[in-house]
This record gives sequence, C-alpha cells and structure tokens, in this order.
Amino acid sequence: MANDKRVAVLGVGMHPWGKWGRNFVEYGVAAAQAALADAGVPWEDIDYVAGADTIRNGYPGFIAGATFAQALGWTGAQVSSSYAACASGAAALSNARAQILAGFSDVALVVGADTTPKGFFKPVGGERRDDPDWLRFHLLGATNPTYFALYARRRMAIYGATEEDFAQVKVKNARHGLENPNARYRKEVTVEEVLASPVVSDPLRLLEICATSDGGAALVICSMEYAKKHGVSSPVTVNGVATVTPTFPNTVIEMPNFATDSSVSVPQEGRSFRASIAHAAYEQAGIGPEDVSLAEVYDLSSALELDWYEDIGLCGEGKAEQLLRDGDTTIGGRVPVNPSGGLACFGEAIPAQAIAQVCEATWQLRGQATGRQVEGATVAVTANQGLFGHGSSVVLAR
Amino acid sequence: MTPVQQVAVEGFFDPTIPALLGTRCVECATVFFPAEETSCRNPHCTSTALEAMTLSTRGTVWSYTDAQYQPPPPYVAADPYVPFALAAVELEKEGIVVLGQLAHGIGVDQLSVGMEVELVTEVLYSDEEAEHLVWKWRPVNNNG
Ligand SMILES: [Zn+2]
Repeated sequence: MANDKRVAVLGVGMHPWGKWGRNFVEYGVAAAQAALADAGVPWEDIDYVAGADTIRNGYPGFIAGATFAQALGWTGAQVSSSYAACASGAAALSNARAQILAGFSDVALVVGADTTPKGFFKPVGGERRDDPDWLRFHLLGATNPTYFALYARRRMAIYGATEEDFAQVKVKNARHGLENPNARYRKEVTVEEVLASPVVSDPLRLLEICATSDGGAALVICSMEYAKKHGVSSPVTVNGVATVTPTFPNTVIEMPNFATDSSVSVPQEGRSFRASIAHAAYEQAGIGPEDVSLAEVYDLSSALELDWYEDIGLCGEGKAEQLLRDGDTTIGGRVPVNPSGGLACFGEAIPAQAIAQVCEATWQLRGQATGRQVEGATVAVTANQGLFGHGSSVVLAR
Repeated sequence: MTPVQQVAVEGFFDPTIPALLGTRCVECATVFFPAEETSCRNPHCTSTALEAMTLSTRGTVWSYTDAQYQPPPPYVAADPYVPFALAAVELEKEGIVVLGQLAHGIGVDQLSVGMEVELVTEVLYSDEEAEHLVWKWRPVNNNG
C-alpha cells in the first residue's frame, strides 16, 4: 500500500494555543525547538526551512521562513515562505516534502505561527475596491460566520440536520480536547449550554463558531533514508499532501466571494471542491477513506464538521448526521474525528493550524496522544479549507 | 431637499432597473458576476471577448442566514446596530449563486430554502455626501 514518495515525520512540536498577546515569532520558535527536540535533530542539521506566512503581523509575517530561521540563528539553510490562507501550513509542508523527494534536502523544518486580534476576522486595512474580501464586508456585511451559517442552513434543508446535531459536534470536540495540553479551551459543555448561547449567524451560535487564537506548530520531516540513519525504523510518514485548486465551475459560494462561478456553459460534475481536496491526497497516498483510523478536519463551525465527514469519504452524501448520532466519530467509535478537540478547543491560528493537524495525527499514530488516544491508529487524514480557493489534506500512516 | 443617491461601489449593479451588472463570454456564454473584463475564466475557452449584460432579477434561495452581531469595518453599520438577513440566491438562467442582504425588515423566520426572491435597491448607509445604494433580495409577493 505504501508508495515510494513518502517522507518521514521525525519530530512535531507546538506552542499552546491561547490569546497570549505576544509576538508570533516567539510561538514559532518555541514550536520549532519542541519539534527539533522531539526529533533529536540539532537545528544546525536542518537544511531547509519552510515557513507558513501570517498576513496580520507585518513584513516578518510575509517572510515567515526567514523570520524563524533568523530567530533560530542563521545557518545558511535553504528557505521558503508560503501563503495559502488556512492551507498555508500544508503548502509549507508540501514545499519541504518536494525538496526532500527531489533530493535537494535531507531534513527540513516546517513552521507556522500567528498572533491574532480579537473578534471576527476582518480584511487587512485600507480601502480596496477591487478586493473581494474588502467588498464582501463593505457591501454585504458578510463575515466568515455568514458563510458557515449558509452551509449549516443548507444541510438542515437538504439533509435534515438539526440544531441539536450541530451542538452535539461541539459537545464531542469539547470532550475530546479536555486533556490536550495544547488546546486553548478545555471545558466540557452540554447540548443545552450550546443551544443557550447567543445566535451569531442563524442557525449557528457563539459556542459553535471557532475563535481566533495565537499559537505555533512545527514539524521536522526528512527522507526515509535519513530517518533510517537516524535510527528511526518505523516513523510516521507523510504519504499524501494535496493543495489543489477548485475545478471550474465552482458552484458553492465560498469566502470571500459574493457569487459562484456560472455553470451555464460547463456543468458542475463530479466532486465538490472540498471533496476533491482529500481525494487528491488519498490518490497520492494510495490509501482510501476505508483505511482511515482518525481524521482532523476544519470545524470552523460545528456544522461544517458534518460536511467534512462526507467530503473526506467517511460516509455518503447526507449521511453525516447518522455517523455523528451513532457515535462513530467520537473517540472509541469507528473513525474518531478531531480527537485533538479540533478548532472547537483550539480556535484558529491560521498559518499554524494545518501544521497542528499533522502534529496531532503524528501523536495519534505514535500512540502518544495521552487522554485522547485513538487505539490502534494506523492511518490519519487531515483536511482544511480557507479563502480564495485554498484547501489542503494530508494523509499520514505508520 | 432630496439627498443625492449613488451606488456604494461602482460597477456591480444598476439601481435604476434594478439589476446586477455582469459580463457574458461571447464564445462560450459563461456568465460572470462580478463582471470579468479581461478574459473568460472557463478553462476550456480562450476567449477575451466579454459583453456587458444584466443578470436575472429573480431567483430562488440556495441558503440564508443573518448577522446578529455588527460586522467589522469596512461595513458601515447603523447606530444603533440593526441585525439583517442575508441570502445566497440561485439564478437558474445564469447558473450562478449571488449573495445579498435581505430587504430591510425581512428576518430569517420569513425565509426558506427554495423560496423565490427578487432584486431590489436599498440604502446601505448614508453620510454627508450621499445615500449609498446596494442590491438586496426580497421575497416575491405572490399576491401581487
Ligand atoms: Zn468563454
């Protein structure tokens, strides 16, 4: 089953998520140092640094790779910085992996971190009448939760999802994250408490929409040969990484657009954008959803997690509610989703989040996810989606 | 004195019809809203000829929601803030879904997926300069 395009995950590390109010570089460096220590690889041996950019922290954020490399101490390593909205971390991973598979790098550091302001994400400053992100706020007052709520309402109308289902996702994830030392929110909630929280964007409530967080995450990845020489005989491996674009016409309304593509000349056929992301990663890995032991998906809202169940192939269209209600996606169930606690427990630290998903997958596959371990996990899939046609999925195995 | 009225941002809709302003590829007939003026975005089409058009003014609700909390700038909110509803509306002829606020006073309890709505012009916000206009959706009144 394993293909020959694998790279090894030698080390993972995170700076805990929170609202710490410090410089993002500090979180990235802490995460990098943790990943290097976990790998047992000295910083001087890293020959490639792939940074995931933050666009809310000025110039150092746009050149994150160099920023972290300088903070850790210049070593003359090759460097890159990637921006791909919520998929930035996976884009950085994809770059580092390609360098390793091409033979230009033996061992690479992938790192992303963010410091976020309070409240709704808003467009970066200035009046930009040609920027769809500026326009959707100005003309429509359409925040990110607007879009999550449109999907949630659509699920209710088409598949019969209920507000209790959405609340149940939050309850599940809150319980999963209780003992995760890197999670920001570690508190159980009940369905009643979720449903008693104020409506933000009907039908979604305050406790069902992910917050914005500070945090940092890092990976040390290497060639299979390097891992072997390093004395790691059965490492967790990255078997597939997808960072695909949508396919025209994309007929689902997505942030930050206020209209879809037109399907008048080319009909929308086959997979939706979200479904195509995981599919591409599975194809690369030669692994299918039936092999998956656990998934980390982007629960920007509790309702969106249900969409992902279908998009990553855990169940058929319209069957996500049943999967949830049967307890299949709870730890102890058939295929636990967001054993880390997900965004519900973390909040979103954009450039670090896709990397954090890979950290959790690695701990799970190593059997080191204390208090939230999915027993006997052998294959993990991650998935996320962000603005401007970006999304990512990573398939890992051990 | 009647206040000056102008569109909040040029190029998206004509408040006098009212209708959304798009373009259509002369070769493959793909419709673009907001208007695409450079080249057709159908990957199988190499055309750079796009003609101006107005979109259908009626459609069906694909989904809907509301904004119970005041959106951040550059949204210009009324003071005190008044929550509003939004709908993503499917225009069958164009094969496109367009987001818009609902007309003033229409809440989510008056909406359903599949419901027919029509385009209207409303004031988005007012300042010393003018009343700034935007497109909104309003349920079609079947009684006339
Ligand atoms: Zn065309």
